[in-house]
Amino acid sequence: MSFAPSHFTAVLLFATSASIVFGITQRATTRAMLRYGVACWVAFVGVVIVVSWLMFLIKH
Amino acid sequence: MPDLPARSGAPVSLALLLGWLLPGAGHLLTRHWGRAALLFLAVSSMWWLGIAMNGHLYLPDGGDALSLLGFVGDLGSGLFYLTGYAGGLGRNVVQVTTADYGTKFLVVASLLNVIAAVDAHNLRIGRKLSGVAR
Repeated sequence: MSFAPSHFTAVLLFATSASIVFGITQRATTRAMLRYGVACWVAFVGVVIVVSWLMFLIKH
Repeated sequence: MPDLPARSGAPVSLALLLGWLLPGAGHLLTRHWGRAALLFLAVSSMWWLGIAMNGHLYLPDGGDALSLLGFVGDLGSGLFYLTGYAGGLGRNVVQVTTADYGTKFLVVASLLNVIAAVDAHNLRIGRKLSGVAR
């Protein structure tokens, strides 16, 4: 069994799992968990995109 | 209301131990069924994706400090690590990028499991309020 995702797919999978855990463990109510989890997910993916573009601009 | 040990009769740290052994199991003890299911789904999928990506599972006989740190990290996944160790999983030499990602997935899944286990413990001892109307 082998799974070879693209770099961005790996980011999405990582962000999803981590955000679910962070949302549940760092907040107490369902609504707050959902909001925090989504915020974490956006932060994970957003930072990766921003840093990726920065690296691109540095290289070129 | 927190599930106080005096009422349930079980040891205080049982949620922590169960949560470490199996993702989400500690939250089953505190009767948070949805959280238990989601935590199990999130942590176990990340762990098994790490194996599927041919990630490396650190062993206790690693020679250098980083390998030892990796082993301590991987140990956080409880039964998953023991299963992987016994089944010979994750013994690959990391040669491609996705395998490196897999290694990181394994370690992070284990660390997230520890966070989840501690959360279950906090719910059990009442340090964290459930937030669910009863």
